Amino acid sequence: MTSNQTYSFFLGCVMPNRFPNVEASIRRVLPELGIELEDLEGASCCPAPGVVRSFDEPTWLALAARNLALAEMAGHDLLTGCNGCYGTFKETLAEIREHPQRMKEVQAVFKGLGIKFKGNVDAKHLTEVINDIGPENIAEGVTRSLEGLKVAVHYGCHLLKPSSNRPWEKTHRPVFLDRIVEATGATSVKYKDKFMCCGAGGGVRGSQVAVSVDIAKEKLDNAIDAEADCILNVCSFCHLQFEASQMQLNKEAGEEKYNLPVIYITQLLGLAMGIDPVELGLHKHMIDTQPLLDKVLK
Amino acid sequence: MANKISRETIESNAMDSEFVDRIVEAGADRIRTCIQCGTCSSVCPSGRRTAFRTREIIRKALLGLKDEVLSSPDLWLCATCLTCLERCPREIKVTDAIIIMRNMAVEEGFMLPQHRKTSQKLLETGHAVPINDANRQMRKELGLKEIPPTVHSSKKALADVKKIMERTGFRKLIEGQTEEEQE
Repeated sequence: MTSNQTYSFFLGCVMPNRFPNVEASIRRVLPELGIELEDLEGASCCPAPGVVRSFDEPTWLALAARNLALAEMAGHDLLTGCNGCYGTFKETLAEIREHPQRMKEVQAVFKGLGIKFKGNVDAKHLTEVINDIGPENIAEGVTRSLEGLKVAVHYGCHLLKPSSNRPWEKTHRPVFLDRIVEATGATSVKYKDKFMCCGAGGGVRGSQVAVSVDIAKEKLDNAIDAEADCILNVCSFCHLQFEASQMQLNKEAGEEKYNLPVIYITQLLGLAMGIDPVELGLHKHMIDTQPLLDKVLK
Repeated sequence: MANKISRETIESNAMDSEFVDRIVEAGADRIRTCIQCGTCSSVCPSGRRTAFRTREIIRKALLGLKDEVLSSPDLWLCATCLTCLERCPREIKVTDAIIIMRNMAVEEGFMLPQHRKTSQKLLETGHAVPINDANRQMRKELGLKEIPPTVHSSKKALADVKKIMERTGFRKLIEGQTEEEQE
């Protein structure tokens, strides 16, 4: 489809350790789009921008710089499928480039560990790379149109913000992800507070779970009101939040009130490319994806 | 009906004039330009369902009410969605200011137990969310490497990550405080 690009694939924590099915879909779909992935061996937690950065910023910066250095030493730009990790790497690169003193601090911490870091590596979100391929080219690769499927697109926060350090067009209402989704033939539905947070970040899910789940519930309710067949995300932590929150809400209600399938972008693209749902990990969801598959595979 | 309305007075010894200087130095340099318009509170998804008010935290910070701000669990209700930072008409890096204040809170020993646990997992494994048996099994079933090719697969990498956390003082920050708590 396009000339091949190779990236160091940064997994993070939530994706490989809680949602390997999302990881499987990325590894299956991106090469089909001409994006080759090389494992970023030995990478750690990004570390999480809401928690670790909140606890001790210098530790956050040093560990993030180490992960970036691993990609730099491998000779590729880093690619992530998590908005939180993306935020960590974008903000770390800005910090060390704008403040040479911070780079020196990081290099002092690396002393004797054999980590060479110049800071000339880039970090990309896989949505960015897919967007560069372009919705028109994505549409050309569609062999199984998702026409009739109504998708509630959830961008998440750190993909877009802070906008001063993001590559997207300067607007509070971007459409790039909707265009990618609609390239499959699906419809991106309008829903209330589409750009609101999923509620997982900032350590809120970890420590104040009732507040966190209530934010997710509001988004889910809005997507359901818009008669969406699924909620689509581009972040392993948003993915966790929408899956796990529905399980919790059902447990609290004592009935299966919430059953909105939670779909990651490469799972949707894979379906449109005719790939077997099992290869996309769609059989390993907390919330059953069968209603969506019934609609797509009809 | 109460007979009197009691007056709430902020004692001068509750105000630390250097508190806001530290927030400015750490990067939220426009915080003093806050006009208390409340845009931050009005766009906050946590504030929509709790008594958390971003505007209040910023005002208290400007007044130098350090102890009150740092000891408040409210400081941990921010989901870091960055909407306030985007919308602030004075272009204050509101989210950065909250993160700076959280760093100060942790330094002073104010840390939620769940967050300490997450930190301990990071110190131990290099992952804030480490692998477990169910997900090892799922990885195998999906044809992925059973143990992800991260710090989980490399002793050398884990040793490096641990060394970095020693050098930045993170281990002492998290575990040192645990020991004190246990005393």
